[in-house]
Amino acid sequence: MIRVQREDFDMGLELAKLTKNNHKVGGLTSFVGLVRDSAASETISSMTLEHYPGMTEKQLEHIESIAHQRWHLEASLIIHRYGKLDLGDQIVLVACASAHRGEAFEACHFLIDWLKTKAPFWKLEETASGSKWVEAIDADKDAAHRWSSE
Amino acid sequence: MKLLYFAWIRTNLGVAEELLDVPSEIKDVEGLLEWLINRGESYKTVFSDLSLIRVAVNQEFVELDNAITKGDEIAFFPPVTGG
Repeated sequence: MIRVQREDFDMGLELAKLTKNNHKVGGLTSFVGLVRDSAASETISSMTLEHYPGMTEKQLEHIESIAHQRWHLEASLIIHRYGKLDLGDQIVLVACASAHRGEAFEACHFLIDWLKTKAPFWKLEETASGSKWVEAIDADKDAAHRWSSE
Repeated sequence: MKLLYFAWIRTNLGVAEELLDVPSEIKDVEGLLEWLINRGESYKTVFSDLSLIRVAVNQEFVELDNAITKGDEIAFFPPVTGG
């Protein structure tokens, strides 16, 4: 399941819903991305996330379907927010449920790595000296690439 | 043809979306970019370094030699930074 929304989410509630009444689930992993205060060289005060409505949902669904092909998952969830976010706010939630922890951990890691290079979101960081679009970093590309070379 | 721009491409061009009558001899993304660059200085500046530009045709990532036709939705944006 994927969701692209402006509103915040309740991680506990989302995780509970994801595995409710599914007793094949033995492991549930999750990753939450938060707005942190430091950009490359400056302290940021807030962040605005822009996305490409339509393509974003397609890409997230595509990425999720790849995860389900590669690992035995009982359920998965991606929630990604857009709009203006403050320090400490939740940006993204990725959760994977499986019979065993190994598949749940790997699929969750894969999803966040791939999402960072394939889902059309862009971060605008607001600092004391103005706003600046975040540049893509090679480390994210390398992290995503790791999953394609296996 | 419907063109969409995101992030700094949108802010530098000052437009998020435009419907353009693109000449029929333009057959691929590269040709479209050349045509856009000749439309004005802001396009020329934004598209001066194509290594910074990613392209989607009908919401799928494509390379510059990808074919395009009149009804397509073509988006130009920088490498993504979500997550």
